[in-house]
Amino acid sequence: MHALRLHTVPIAMVPLEARLLLCSTPAGFPSPAADDLDEPIDLGQWLIEHPAASYVMRVDGCSMTGAGIGDGDLIVVNRAKKARAGHIVVALVHGDRTLKRLKRAGDRLWLIAEAEGYEAIIVDENVEIWGVVVGLARRY
Amino acid sequence: MPTPIALIDCNNYYVSCERAFDSRLVGVPVIVLSNNDGCAVARSAEAKALGIKMGDPVHLIRDKIDRHGIRVLSSNYTLYGDMQRRVVAAVEEFARDLEVYSIDETFLDLAGFEDRDLAAHVRAMRDQVLRWTTIPTCVGIGPTKTLAKLGNAAAKKNPLFDSVADLSDEVLRTWVLDRFAVRDVWGVGGATASKLAALGIHTAGQLRDMPMKQGRALGTVVLERLIAELRGIPSGAVETIEPQRKGMAVTRSFGTPVTDMATLMGAVTQYAMRGGEKLRSHGLVAARLTVFFHTNRFKPDRPQYSASRMINLHPMTSDSFELIAAARRGVEHAWRDGYAISKAGIMLDELIDAELRPRTLFEGDSDKRGRLMEALDSVDGRFGRFAAVPAAQGFKREWKMRADMKSPAWTTRIAEVPRVAAN
Repeated sequence: MHALRLHTVPIAMVPLEARLLLCSTPAGFPSPAADDLDEPIDLGQWLIEHPAASYVMRVDGCSMTGAGIGDGDLIVVNRAKKARAGHIVVALVHGDRTLKRLKRAGDRLWLIAEAEGYEAIIVDENVEIWGVVVGLARRY
Repeated sequence: MPTPIALIDCNNYYVSCERAFDSRLVGVPVIVLSNNDGCAVARSAEAKALGIKMGDPVHLIRDKIDRHGIRVLSSNYTLYGDMQRRVVAAVEEFARDLEVYSIDETFLDLAGFEDRDLAAHVRAMRDQVLRWTTIPTCVGIGPTKTLAKLGNAAAKKNPLFDSVADLSDEVLRTWVLDRFAVRDVWGVGGATASKLAALGIHTAGQLRDMPMKQGRALGTVVLERLIAELRGIPSGAVETIEPQRKGMAVTRSFGTPVTDMATLMGAVTQYAMRGGEKLRSHGLVAARLTVFFHTNRFKPDRPQYSASRMINLHPMTSDSFELIAAARRGVEHAWRDGYAISKAGIMLDELIDAELRPRTLFEGDSDKRGRLMEALDSVDGRFGRFAAVPAAQGFKREWKMRADMKSPAWTTRIAEVPRVAAN
């Protein structure tokens, strides 16, 4: 009995496009693979599950490195998803777009950075939660 | 009982699209200019309150713009088109069928939803559009498209409706129609409105009660159908108001005036290309092409020249190469040296369905041309507009349209997506 082993594969090794070979069989016998053909992998489609309500934005700064989001990363922001405590969100604070974690403390909601040296912002009438971050894309 | 129809219309659509990604535009007067930065084609509520009218030429309202700090933007059709796609996706599940009427208006067939509270139903739809896109909308409901449109206008004008007016209700319908000026009814032109006024017909309610025969005698078949639709009988008035396109035009103002024939030829060639593309996408052919160009009329101290040449197309065609040849012939005839041309364009008219076009002898191998046009359209579709061009068009686009104050393609280009601060 062989043990089944799972390997972690770096994202760089995942083919962005799987090339397909289509072969015709002259004898008239249908290709046994014909029913199993797939479209090439489309990472955009995978990342953006809800395209009509999702917007791509670029991150400016390092205040969310604790959440694994770095300067220059692309994020997918979904406006159809209801923001809850614990979500990473894009918020407008006095009209300025900012990236934060939404947290509940006591009976209030707060916007929290995930790096040293940033003040928490209380969610009040000057804050509008614009959308929920549902995806992250980065190239090396 | 006809099935209910709704019309959802985006408020100040272009401005709302711009505000979605630039919060500095919220709460201040904003106008968006036509695609040569010539005149105002969209105004925020604040700009309307300052008396800016639809179509106001920007050079005539400079004063107001400076005095009130009105924010002025070039139109960004890439953005408006992408946001429209999102709006339509957001309303889809709320209707059995829908018809996108214009970039900011969509008709919905609410068949199957009649037993619900329709106002609540369309409010949920409105909320979904607002949530997905940030764009505010108004909705009108009625048994006909004309009444849905009228309800929409009422919902927009009267704050009592809170953005939704359901004219299925007879009492409410009468109330609205009696307060609705007849000249504001969709499809009633200024001339018809004057004739109606002479008969003492000033409101939509009075128009509804006019004998249909009299309506037909006075106006056209359109007026008769409008009367029927105001009574709640679907009559295809909307379809008659905008029947098959009678003519289309491609025109632009030049960023810098053009003083040589070769550059003008290049521009006109591109317009003819675009015209051909438009014709083919509607399945139409044209019988006549007019090419025109002129100097800047607002600089009367400069030498003035205005030219226009009409060329009959025989056989009728949508073939870009035929259109280009015709347009170039027109320019050759009309060109005079020594003028600074500020605007040029082509117009195509006498359009009919390509299937119905009269065949002529000696047409040559039009099938082959048809396939070439298809190939041209598909190359353009795949690689961007004008990826493939006839050499006449030229490759240096000095006369590119003006769009000095255009916002980024926020939603469609990775290099231009909005930035979010993490600092």
